[in-house]
Amino acid sequence: MATATVPAVERENYLNKEYGVMSWLLTTDHKRIALLYLVSITFFFFIGGFFALLIRLELLTPAGDLMQADTYNKMFTMHGQVMVFFFLIPAVPAVLGNFLIPIMIGAKDLAFPRVNLLSWYLFIAGGAFMLYTILTGGVDTGWTFYTPLSTQFLDTHVVAAALAIFIAGFSSILTGLNFIVTIHRMRAPGMTWSRLPLFVWANYATAIIQVLGTPVLAITLMLVALERIFHLGIFNPQMGGDPLLFQHLFWFYSHPAVYIMILPGMGVVSEVVTAFARKRIFGYRFMALALIAIAVLGFLVWAHHMFIAGISLYAAMVFSLLSYFVAVPSAIKVFNWTSTMYRGSISYTTPMLYALGFIGLFTMGGLTGLFLAALGIDVHVTDTYFVIAHFHYIMVGGMVLAYMAGIHYWWPKMSGRMYPESWGRLAALIIFIGFNLTFFPQFILGYLGMPRRYWQYAPEFQVLNVLSTAGATILAVGYILPMIYLLWSMRYGKPAEANPWHAAGLEWMIESPPKTFNFDETPTVTWEAYNYDELNQEVPVER
Amino acid sequence: MSDSTPAVATHNPALQHHFSSMHQQMEASVMGMWVFLITEIMFFGGMFCGYMVYRYMHYGAWLAGSQHMDFWYGTVNTVVLLCSSLTMVLAVRSAQLGQRKMIVIFLLITILFGLAFLGIKAEEYYLHWQRAEFPGLHWDYSGPDPQGVSLFFSFYWAMTGFHALHMVIGIGLVSVITFQAWRGRYNSEYYNPVEISGLYWHFVDIVWIYLYPLLYLVSRKHF
Repeated sequence: MATATVPAVERENYLNKEYGVMSWLLTTDHKRIALLYLVSITFFFFIGGFFALLIRLELLTPAGDLMQADTYNKMFTMHGQVMVFFFLIPAVPAVLGNFLIPIMIGAKDLAFPRVNLLSWYLFIAGGAFMLYTILTGGVDTGWTFYTPLSTQFLDTHVVAAALAIFIAGFSSILTGLNFIVTIHRMRAPGMTWSRLPLFVWANYATAIIQVLGTPVLAITLMLVALERIFHLGIFNPQMGGDPLLFQHLFWFYSHPAVYIMILPGMGVVSEVVTAFARKRIFGYRFMALALIAIAVLGFLVWAHHMFIAGISLYAAMVFSLLSYFVAVPSAIKVFNWTSTMYRGSISYTTPMLYALGFIGLFTMGGLTGLFLAALGIDVHVTDTYFVIAHFHYIMVGGMVLAYMAGIHYWWPKMSGRMYPESWGRLAALIIFIGFNLTFFPQFILGYLGMPRRYWQYAPEFQVLNVLSTAGATILAVGYILPMIYLLWSMRYGKPAEANPWHAAGLEWMIESPPKTFNFDETPTVTWEAYNYDELNQEVPVER
Repeated sequence: MSDSTPAVATHNPALQHHFSSMHQQMEASVMGMWVFLITEIMFFGGMFCGYMVYRYMHYGAWLAGSQHMDFWYGTVNTVVLLCSSLTMVLAVRSAQLGQRKMIVIFLLITILFGLAFLGIKAEEYYLHWQRAEFPGLHWDYSGPDPQGVSLFFSFYWAMTGFHALHMVIGIGLVSVITFQAWRGRYNSEYYNPVEISGLYWHFVDIVWIYLYPLLYLVSRKHF
């Protein structure tokens, strides 16, 4: 199909079709909304990162010298809430998914473009409440809002923070709803379910969780708000309520939410690994089913967050076993990515470096998850830095790296410009080193018994904490670098061809950047996903 | 751009650019509403789950609390809502047949039933408030198991309150649809908004169909 002979900047595309603030704020183009999300979540990423740096600075020394205990409580609470609800959850679906899903299935837009814009406005409204919370003194419930702490004992902005997350949750629901309907109803002729790129499958699985899980968080937070405002006693033991019910309801969403934060990343990695190993994905059907399996199993394991909360031993054993089951589809994914690379023509581009980092770090995070799923070990390491390290390996080592892989891989498509490759590789390396230096010592700290959520610690933990803080500083440099060179490339980067990676997929068959309705004519798909065998014959493999 | 989809011979003005046919557009809207209703089920599901747990823990209190419900208010409201569902279905049917006037009439009756429900509910809320049956803010109860009964009332207020909020949203939605129907926006080719508002309306009714026995009939074992 069309290859770019005219420089991208001169052709009419979704970026230069209209100018002016209103053309962005009132757009219903899924690609423009994706960029609105990109800017918004980047903003929140740096806010959340700022809190993280303050946390690490405080932990540089064993004494509580930088801030008071209460301030520290606010720091980790707001770090968690901002990063989870305003960066990680929307990261890949709302930015890359929004941009790519319609294109990948051969559609002109998502099924409900105005709902899509509404979801961005809801995100911004939720973000405004979050900023209000932050600026007027913060909230210190921990990101989990555990009752009765959040309902009875704290005098901070609990209701505002709950409302922020409630509203952002609706944004997430609407995105998921839009994806489900779009993937069901808007696929181009010939784009069967078994020909969908795994990125689409991944976002579909994510959307199922968003639609089924988020409303439960919404009602839970509403009940917390009602309890604070009207003094109802649903979770208040003094009035006959049961705080454990809160934990069950909260984790019924918030455990699956972990998979909202990792499944889309798995989708990105599948695209990147095939493109830079130049091979069809190994075991396509298993890869797709594994995504759905993780989404379904994710709903059946929530109480493994509550092993020490006083649930019955038999329930705990069942939840422990079910948590082990999640390892099966997760391992299928890791093995199949590895098998895809086996005897492939691998090129170590920036996205590939991030994807390789993802596979390694996700494996680490996943395996330590098995430690935590085991009842005996969990009792030992619950609420220690071991848990912190475990979920940061999944969320940062997994999701953030996958997000960076995706941003770099599709940057030519989104911006019409190439990013500087050597800077990209350097930043990927810095992030990888910084990440491991930050979080690996925390596994050891946790195993030795350093508890989470304290602003002071015993002096013998200092060396490892200093290492961790040093790593966080390196990580910060690694995050700021792409911010700079990606912005630079928007103006000075080499104009991108339609398919700079010679990759498979409908998104690479249209111009970079695409025009407003993506396709002049609805394409008819006659090929399987990742048809690299055919592509390799057309384009000699570059090494 | 508009002629890029040869499948559509006559271009319906209500067809949005990114759909290739009216059929696809209709299917997408209906599916979208169903997915939304699934999220609503999960939303109310959280409360129903809590209700079930506490009903098991405090069964006696649930029986006692239910004695304080105004049986006839709840029953009349159930009938009112069922009637509103009937008129809603008739409105959708009129839309399918392209009878513009009948759509408007049936939708207006639906709105009236909805308002009647809210009016009766408001009166009932007022009675509960007067009898100091609002836990936390205005609570005075001297019967057995006061903690359990206050929990029952917590659920009563939270569940019916969120249901009433959904009714308010539904009435707003139907009002907009009525206005559009009056302006002649809908015909037998294009009536998606009527159809999906109907789905929403029925859902809110069904929530009440569950709330009514759970709250009003708990103690009526031999009813």
